[in-house]
Amino acid sequence: MMGALQLGLMYALLAMGVYISFRILNTPDLTAEGSFTLGVAVSAMVTMQDQPILALLAAFAAGALAGVVTGLLQTKVGIHPILAGILTMSGLYTVNMMVMNGAPNVTLLGKQTLYRMMFKILPFTKDVTKAVIGGVMAVLVLVLLIWFFKTHIGLCIRATGNNEAMVRSSSINASGMKVFGLALSNACIGLCGGLVAQYQGYADISSGIGMMVVGLASVIIGEAIFGKRGVTIGLISAIVGSVIYRILIDIALSSDQFPVFYLKLISAVIVAVALALPTIKEKFRYYRIRREGRRNA
Amino acid sequence: MLEIRGLYKTFGKGTVNEHTALKNVSLTVKDDDFVTMLGSNGAGKSTLFGAIAGTFLVDAGQIILDGKDVTFMPDYKRARKIGMLFQDPLKGTAPDMTIEENLSLAYNQSYRFPLAKAVQKKDLAVYREKLAAFEMGLEDRMKMKVGLLSGGQRQALTLLMATIAQPHLLLLDEHTAALDPATAEKVLKITVQIVREQKIPTMMITHNMQSALSVGNRTVMMDAGEVILDISGDERAQMQVTDLMNLYAGKRGKLLDNDRMLLSHT
Repeated sequence: MMGALQLGLMYALLAMGVYISFRILNTPDLTAEGSFTLGVAVSAMVTMQDQPILALLAAFAAGALAGVVTGLLQTKVGIHPILAGILTMSGLYTVNMMVMNGAPNVTLLGKQTLYRMMFKILPFTKDVTKAVIGGVMAVLVLVLLIWFFKTHIGLCIRATGNNEAMVRSSSINASGMKVFGLALSNACIGLCGGLVAQYQGYADISSGIGMMVVGLASVIIGEAIFGKRGVTIGLISAIVGSVIYRILIDIALSSDQFPVFYLKLISAVIVAVALALPTIKEKFRYYRIRREGRRNA
Repeated sequence: MLEIRGLYKTFGKGTVNEHTALKNVSLTVKDDDFVTMLGSNGAGKSTLFGAIAGTFLVDAGQIILDGKDVTFMPDYKRARKIGMLFQDPLKGTAPDMTIEENLSLAYNQSYRFPLAKAVQKKDLAVYREKLAAFEMGLEDRMKMKVGLLSGGQRQALTLLMATIAQPHLLLLDEHTAALDPATAEKVLKITVQIVREQKIPTMMITHNMQSALSVGNRTVMMDAGEVILDISGDERAQMQVTDLMNLYAGKRGKLLDNDRMLLSHT
């Protein structure tokens, strides 16, 4: 259960990033799988130089850059949002390999990571420290995002996702806001990758596979609990959703029914069911109305 | 002041659907003008608005707003000076954001630092006072999401958003047409009040010939992409709806064929 909490809080950064693109900007952005690995790779390479904090900042910036590329593909050259994300993600594979000097994985054995630093400073056990680091990072980013989305530019980004027709006829540069929003979203995802690299002590070129689904699952599970409300509640629900998702996975995998490679399938099923729920509810409602109607006919 | 000189716009050039929407349109809207625009379906009224707002670029001609040539300025930059309302009340507001957030989006646009807090206490009094003037009770619901408001309330809010930053020009594209008659009347009344108080040069497209003659100080009629009538002063004051229709029939050799225009003429 401690492991689920550690992972849940750490991947909350990813969940918030996905929340920004999926719910606030209202565009499905598949860059996530690439920008996550980019964060992992950049963070690992900078951590190699014993600069764990700088590594996280670099991962954040690298993620933002990936988001800008997707944003420009969407707005400046008018490529469909899904395709733009896929293109960036695909191209990032090469970039990630280049960042890791052509090696598919890099180990941080014996290097100074944020975790090793905190093990020395904080008075808790290693397991608690790991959870605390994830929690502090999640809350820090949460507070910054809540503040940001109440500023003028934050409002403009939200309006762009909410009613683009309105934004186009007001004096907001809708394209600029989309690029900015995607940059912010992928910056959070890159930062998450950066933290994950230091947590597990290595970087792997395939770390990003399935990350989009993990992020979506967290957002949707959060919404199932809190409902679809404002941005503040939405971001908090993404964090809670991320933790619950990890607990669910933990339960599913620890029951000895499923080997570890079932993880992705279970995640996909959770997301599919959660996304289908509103439609199923609606169908059921119609069915009931029809049945009532027939009885009264 | 808005000056339009020799505007041309053809859609679908070189195809079977080629359609000349604007033919040598020239028009000057003075600072104290409130122009009502009439015309049958496809006369080019909305196209003219689109050209002024920058929704598309014109083929020829010039658009000059307050002495500045804006013909090729991108739409979002023009929007800083031009407020625009559409028929659809859903178009002008963000439904998942609150009333005060929507208002601050419009109010702060030109001068606020991007990272400043959007909804500021000192602005709330301004919003409250302006909303209270509508007598719709919106001033007590500023934290409510706009998606929960009725069409009339949303259109009133959109009107306030379009005018709160003192635009240099206000374009109203049948902004009351989708509302029920009582609400439409109310929104029109608010419109007249705001335009008069803030002295905004305004152009309003309407299909209601009666209000086209009674609201504002000038009436322009378009047909097939051309301005065919431009009246103000005494000539307009004495004009009746039937005169207007006869004038049109005489000029164009056909009857006015705007179905909604005729239906609303009773």
